[in-house]
Parts: sequence; C-alpha cells; structure tokens
Amino acid sequence: MIIQILGTGCPKCKTLEANAKAAIEERMIEATVEKITDLDQIMDMGVMMTPALAVDGQVLSAGKVLNKNQILVLLKEVR
Amino acid sequence: MASKELSPNKRLLIIAGVFLAVFFTPFTHPRVAAAVQEAFLMLADYAHEHVLLCVVPAMFIAGAIVVFLNQQAVMKYLGPKAKKVVAYSVASVSGAILAVCSCTVLPLFKGIYKKGAGLGPAISFLYSGPAVNILAIVLSYKVFGWKLGLTRMVVSVVFAFLIGLIMQTIFYKEDEKRLADERLFQNMGGPEARSLGQMAVFMISMIGILVFINWAPSQGSSTLWDFIYSSKYWITGAFGLLLAYALIRWFSKDEMVEWGGATRDFALQILPLLFGGVLVAGFLLGRPGQEALIPSSWVASLVGGNSLLANFFASISGAFMYFATLTEIPIIQGLLGAGMGQGPALALLLAGPSLSLPSMLVIAGELGLKKTATYVALVVVFSTFAGFVFGMVA
Repeated sequence: MIIQILGTGCPKCKTLEANAKAAIEERMIEATVEKITDLDQIMDMGVMMTPALAVDGQVLSAGKVLNKNQILVLLKEVR
Repeated sequence: MASKELSPNKRLLIIAGVFLAVFFTPFTHPRVAAAVQEAFLMLADYAHEHVLLCVVPAMFIAGAIVVFLNQQAVMKYLGPKAKKVVAYSVASVSGAILAVCSCTVLPLFKGIYKKGAGLGPAISFLYSGPAVNILAIVLSYKVFGWKLGLTRMVVSVVFAFLIGLIMQTIFYKEDEKRLADERLFQNMGGPEARSLGQMAVFMISMIGILVFINWAPSQGSSTLWDFIYSSKYWITGAFGLLLAYALIRWFSKDEMVEWGGATRDFALQILPLLFGGVLVAGFLLGRPGQEALIPSSWVASLVGGNSLLANFFASISGAFMYFATLTEIPIIQGLLGAGMGQGPALALLLAGPSLSLPSMLVIAGELGLKKTATYVALVVVFSTFAGFVFGMVA
C-alpha cells in the first residue's frame, strides 16, 4: 500500500506527512509514504485543497491536517 | 512558504552578520536611540491595545472557519458549470473563508483557472484572498478606525469583482482552451454535523464578543454609542454565555480540541510576523506623532496630502513590496503618523497585501507575462484612483 501526501510543501503538509508516518509505525502497517508536490499532478488527482491524503491513487481526504487516529480510521476503511 | 533547514556554515554567517550590524550601529546617536525606544513602545502599544482583545478573538474565529465551515461546499460555486455572476461574487468574498492560509492560495487559484470557473473568477479569488482576510479586516478597524477599515473591506470586494471581470473580458479568446474538470469542485465532505442555525449562533456569538469588547466611546457625539460602551462588559458577557452554551450543546470534545489546534497554528504563524512587523515599523517610523529613524518630512513629501502622484506612488510601491500577513497594518499606521495622507494609505492597503514582487513572479509562471502585467496594472490604477477619491472625501 502506498500512502500519498499531496501538498506543495507548506508546514501543514509536513505535519500531515509526519502524522501518516506515525500512524503506520504505531500499527506496523506495511506501507510506504510518498510525497506528491507537483501542482499539476495534484490537480490531475482531483485535488485543490491541500494538504490531501490518498491511498494508491484514491483520494481520501482533502484540505485537512488529519491526526494519527483519523488517518488510522481512514486506512482501516480502505483495507 | 516552505522553511528550509540551514546548513551550519550559513547559520554562522548569519550570526556573524548580526554581530557586524550591531558593531557598526551607532546606538548612542539620539536618532537611533529614539528609534529603538519607539520600536518597543509601539510593540507595547500593540500588546496593550490590539493583541489581547482583538487579534486573539479573531484568531479563534479564523480557526473555527477552518475547522467547522465546509470549504468544499464553497468550491462548487467556483466550478466549470457554476453561473458566472455567482462565481464572481463568491470568488470576491471567498478570501474570508478559503484563503486563511497563504500556502493554499496558489493551488486554489490554479484549480479555478485551469479546471473551474476560468480566468475571471480565479483573478477575483487571487485578489480577494489576502485582502478580504478576516484577521486583516478586524485589525484594520481597530487600528485605523471604522472609516478606513470599512472602506478597505468594501473596496477590496468591489475591486476583486471588477478586476476579475475586466481580465476575463480582455482575455476572452484565450480562455476557451482550458480543461474543465468537475471532479475538483465536488463536495467531498460528509453530512453536516450541525444545522445552519446552530453554526450561525456559534459564529455570531464569537463575532459579538469581538465587536463589543472592542467598543470605543464616541466622545459625546452619540448617546446610544456611549450607552453601549458603558455596558460593553455585560454585552460581551452575554455573548460569552451564548458561546459557552453553543459549545456545550453542539460540539464534541474532539472538535473543540481540533479547533484549539487550528487556532494555535494561526497564532504560531501570525504572531511572530506581527511582532517583527511592529518592531520594524516602530523602529523606522515610530508611533503616530513621534519621530524615529526616518524623518517625517521625507514621508510627508512622498505620500503626504492627497495628490494623484502621492496616491500613485503609494499604490505602485505597495504593489511591489512584500507584506507578510498583517504587517501592512503597523507599517501603514507608522506612515500615517509620519504624515501620510488618508488617500495614499488606502491606496497602499488596496495594492499592498494582494501583490508583491515574489507573488508576481509566481503568477507570471502560471499566467504568462501579458496577463500578469495587465493584472498588476489594473490593481495599481484602481488603487490609485480609489485612494484619490477617498482622500478627497475623508
């Protein structure tokens, strides 16, 4: 599973990335965290409100800095 | 803005630079000594008058907007199928809701331009984003008084609408080729947790606190005004109770924690900038009526009075200068105190926060040179004109 963090590099995106990493570490989920910073690519995925979180190309949340628990809930839903 | 980690060598260089600057600054010179004192007196002024009662409640409101208002719901009015009048109107006021963080402005702008309602509404949004920001409006009222504060807000919205519309008209042909993508503007959020009425009570109670705690006496010109002033703590308390009721009835603990977090992020983002901005403005210009490093006669000769030239100078320098969030307010306050006219002050407020040399370069990368130059020219001309008219009336 690839967790994608969509954002142009503002502090909020970094917080989201850190939260996602903390989430998969805590539950020892087999996943890699990938950052997407190219604005065109972000828009091709259908996102305008950054930061956004996607799993394997499917956008799950946009425009919000999710905390660790919120990310875990979302990950449970896709698996 | 991304903050980069500095290498140790670079950090040493900066520290050395600071020491050299301090070494060569003639602190004993009366002018410099006065400027240093003015810097801290102005900071103290802000701490006493503006930060606690005005900026802090406004940050709670901004935090609530980010967390509780459904931003996606606004986006659908900026999509490719949205009605034009609606798209322009929403874009012109959306700064208050959408662009509370500067790093979201550009993705939203590009999305509206390329995949949504098109160039016009995108430009409206780009202009209104930094100008119609709730913190900036609130602090403008408090520092400059209602006349300049209200004019700034209303004219910013009108300008956003008009400039967007003119851009669309000029570049009508080139705007046909974009790729509409409805997906970006869909409402992704789930069902609303609260009804519209409940949200209204929540927001109005916070705005009520902000307005009435800052109520100023009219100095005898209105008995109603003074009556409200004398009972302002009672009124504020009533709104406080209403807010407490709304929070306990309709909000869960998690939501309140999230709200607190968003407010904290705002504080961390904005307060250091405001702190630095006030210090710099105090050091260079001093509080109203006080001399600091830059002599008042210089300021008065450049932007004093209300000539067309003074207004033009104010708006063109505002267009190129970079103002970090809210720092335009102490700087313009300093300039006003040093002899700047009311007209040029409005011109600077209208052209300043929305445009800067760095932002022009970024926009040019998206729009191309011709459109960017037109946009900048429109903002400068409109701001000059508005300043001139305001200066004659005020």
